[in-house]
Amino acid sequence: MIKIKINDKELKVAEGTTVLQAALANKIDIPYFCYHKKLSIAGNCRMCLVNIKGQNKPVISCRERVKEGMEVDTKSTEVKKMQQGVLEFVLKNHPLDCPICDQSGECDLQDNYFKFSKFPSRLEDKKIRKPKAKPLGPLVTLDDERCILCTRCVRFCDEVAGTHELCITQRGGHSELTTYPGKPLTNAYSLCTVDVCPVGALTSTDFRFKKRVWFLKTTPSICTGCATGCNIKMDWDDAQVYRYRPRENEAVNQVWMCDEGRLSYKFINENRLFDPLIKKNGEFVKVEWKEAMRESAAILGDTPVASSVIGVLSAQASCEENSALKKFLETLFPKAEFFWTKKEVKNPSHDKFLIDADKNPNSAFLSLLGVGPLEGGPLAKGAIYIILDNLTGKQREALVASKPKKVILFTSNFGDVPLEGGTSPLMWADIILPKPTFAEQEGTFINRQGMTQKAKKAFEPKGHAREIGKVLEELWTTLSPR
Amino acid sequence: MEMILSKNWNVPDQKKIDVAIKNGAYASLKKIFKMKREEVIEEVKNSGLRGRGGAGFATGLKWTFIPKENLSSGRQDKKPVYLINNLDESEPGTFKDRAIVEKDPHMMIEGMIIAAYAIGSHTAYIYIRGEYYKQWEIIEEALQEARKKGFLGKNILGSGFDLDIYQHRGAGAYICGEETALLSSLEGGRGYPRIKPPFPAIAGAWGCPTIVNNTETLANLPFILNEGAAAYKKFGTEKSPGTKLMSASGHINKPGVYEVEMGLPIRTFIEEHLGGVWKNHKLKAVVPGGSSFAPLTAEEAWATNLDFESCAAAGTSLGSGGFYVMDETTCMVRLLCFTSKFYAHESCGQCTPCREGTGWVDQVIKRIEKGHGRERDLQLLQDVCKNMMNGRTICVFADAAAMPVLGFLKKFGKEFEEHVKLGRCPHTVSLRGA
Ligand SMILES: Cc1cc2nc3c(=O)[nH]c(=O)nc-3n(C[C@H](O)[C@H](O)[C@H](O)COP(=O)(O)O)c2cc1C
Ligand code: SF4
Ligand code: SF4
Ligand code: SF4
Ligand code: FES
Repeated sequence: MIKIKINDKELKVAEGTTVLQAALANKIDIPYFCYHKKLSIAGNCRMCLVNIKGQNKPVISCRERVKEGMEVDTKSTEVKKMQQGVLEFVLKNHPLDCPICDQSGECDLQDNYFKFSKFPSRLEDKKIRKPKAKPLGPLVTLDDERCILCTRCVRFCDEVAGTHELCITQRGGHSELTTYPGKPLTNAYSLCTVDVCPVGALTSTDFRFKKRVWFLKTTPSICTGCATGCNIKMDWDDAQVYRYRPRENEAVNQVWMCDEGRLSYKFINENRLFDPLIKKNGEFVKVEWKEAMRESAAILGDTPVASSVIGVLSAQASCEENSALKKFLETLFPKAEFFWTKKEVKNPSHDKFLIDADKNPNSAFLSLLGVGPLEGGPLAKGAIYIILDNLTGKQREALVASKPKKVILFTSNFGDVPLEGGTSPLMWADIILPKPTFAEQEGTFINRQGMTQKAKKAFEPKGHAREIGKVLEELWTTLSPR
Repeated sequence: MEMILSKNWNVPDQKKIDVAIKNGAYASLKKIFKMKREEVIEEVKNSGLRGRGGAGFATGLKWTFIPKENLSSGRQDKKPVYLINNLDESEPGTFKDRAIVEKDPHMMIEGMIIAAYAIGSHTAYIYIRGEYYKQWEIIEEALQEARKKGFLGKNILGSGFDLDIYQHRGAGAYICGEETALLSSLEGGRGYPRIKPPFPAIAGAWGCPTIVNNTETLANLPFILNEGAAAYKKFGTEKSPGTKLMSASGHINKPGVYEVEMGLPIRTFIEEHLGGVWKNHKLKAVVPGGSSFAPLTAEEAWATNLDFESCAAAGTSLGSGGFYVMDETTCMVRLLCFTSKFYAHESCGQCTPCREGTGWVDQVIKRIEKGHGRERDLQLLQDVCKNMMNGRTICVFADAAAMPVLGFLKKFGKEFEEHVKLGRCPHTVSLRGA
């Protein structure tokens, strides 16, 4: 540790840190744009200039390393004027139309301007026009007029993704952020460029202009896209999820996440099952929970304790959901058997960084329970099944071949085909009960590293979906006099 | 008095190596290979030679910044040292390095061999301005001749010293003359200047110790090594020894490249060497060191000499010796308009104050020149310039863009005010008449 002074405040800071890091760690506000803790130092925005006693010229605090006895000035009139000068330059060619900019409300430029400048524009000349709404790749759209040329996105592609799609062409005020000819921004983490962009230049094509960010509520959660379990911020409003953003966890995903996982939120909003369904005369019909519970209780109540009962656990579901089902069946039917189901995709994406080929968030928990896959059987004939989540094709075949007596299925979603009516793809089930997604209940997942991670509840269950734990508890109460 | 750099410029075929050798080219090599490299550096230090690329930094001193461990032989991990001849020459008003190449290219190559030997470099580059295509051809030929004669290649003249020289053509950006932008460009990247420190002598081309010297600086070396530091110091002033190549242009009778002894009064230079201001007009202003610096009023010019310290005392710089002269009919606003347009066009765009400041200054000055200026514009220009300079940017290009603006405003502010007040150029009439 070494001693330094920032604006008369004596601080002890670790050797090797920069002045900016030391200031931020001690809640001293130095404005900055191009600095990003996970990227190399570019030193191009000049927003973080400070004065250091004994040096006749200002220095950029993002690059200057602390030295014993260093005295830093971040807020004298002189430094403030310097910051205002830089902000005036940043805004020289920047559109002043925050109200129609998608970044508004979470923009570093907006924030820094209000905190450090707030002077009216002195510009009486034309601004330089640049491309608007230009797609850089399938998922990212650029508003080049808002770009402040901090090169964070370029450095992300160079240093983290290692794909080098972005570059700056032209010179001076005409500098333009763009992709190399014939090489669009297609890396598997391209939306991280939107995260690192301090302004509204890079936008997610999926999210842009869908929601003013100040209406969004944020819940700390976990991406359920694969076994990595990237930590996320789930942004939602009115029981709709609008986007995921990476949440920092150095041990898991640092500050990044993949595009596939980021866009995996859609199942929370779409194709949701809102009401229980019961098969009547070969057709699924919507029923009230009361009836569904009565039917389920009847099935289970009629089943002798020693008969074949099979619980299918899910690598898609949380530890809590799986445990609830397991405990419920074990208590009622001591001989109950357990298998698992997992989501499987053809040619799953994977890499050496974050993306895991296992597209399930909780496989590690099932390994702990020591259960095997449903298709691995052997499956007793004429069993009663309670299943979490959907089955794979192979599992469905195994299930149908075992001629189950009755099948109760908990699920939150259906595919493109509605479940009601006689053409339901889930014809092999008898009762389908709607469960909330992980956004609507608290849950834990164990990732590929064996880390137990919590996803917080964002909002109440959609439709008439009910948490599995509660449903099973109620069933148990009904059945327990038995 | 016989000059140092231009003494053979009038010799027919001096470009050819045989002719050049007859006139003494490469004679210094036999001498230096008998010296230790430290002794060569010492000689250059003693000569007081200062860089001719614009900043006037002491050449011998710069060479000593190469880390010692890079030179000690036998070290396995030592990095190669590179020498770079900065022949980018793009400062408006400067065209003297070109003359060296066209008139006596072997002097420059000999200088490079001396410098390379002194700093322990075995690979040297000439970074040549892209538009200098003919000059590139001249150098290619000269290099081939030198290789054939054994002045380049392995074991030069049996000394055990190896050196190869390669040319690298720029692609038309002024900023690539700035030494770190040059390095980025040489490595195949975009010509973006790098943050200093580290200085090139520590981490330059491909992260290796590198010395960047201006062409004219290097061309001075054969004389210094042949005749000795003492002989060199007989030229010029105490703080600016030697001679300087001046690129003279503008409203004078005899524009061209002139070698003058440092310390020559500007008056003598204009009146005796340049044949005076053209058309018998009166002198209005002089820019002595290239477009990056403040102008001198006629009065100041008559009291200033062509050396680093005198120009600095007058609030400008000898810079690269881009000397241009304005007569009484010149509209200083219009002149600044050209200068500012150049800097707005050439800013690499990397850092905010320079990228935005140069463009803004250009817009405002253009507006004033067109007669649409506002009173507050003059204050705005000064603020913008002050916000660009003095350590607020990655390289000093921003200072180079701001200094002339501040200089023009300070010394010819009245003309700017007049433009604003009249809503037109008060010189239009006299310009047409001229
Ligand atoms: C914008 C800019 C342009 C420059 N252009 C040149 C140039 O064209 N030629 C040159 O020799 N030096 C140029 N320089 C100076 C170089 O950075 C460097 O200082 C010089 O080449 C060092 O050589 P010297 O020590 O021999 O003078 C330029 C500097 C700046 C800031
Ligand atoms: S698009 Fe955003 S991140 Fe990229 S350079 Fe511009 S402002 Fe920076
Ligand atoms: S790597 Fe896996 S956990 Fe991380 S964002 Fe992608 S899908 Fe989600
Ligand atoms: S000062 Fe200008 S030329 Fe130099 S790095 Fe910054 S933008 Fe580029
Ligand atoms: S944050 Fe330091 S220069 Fe940009």
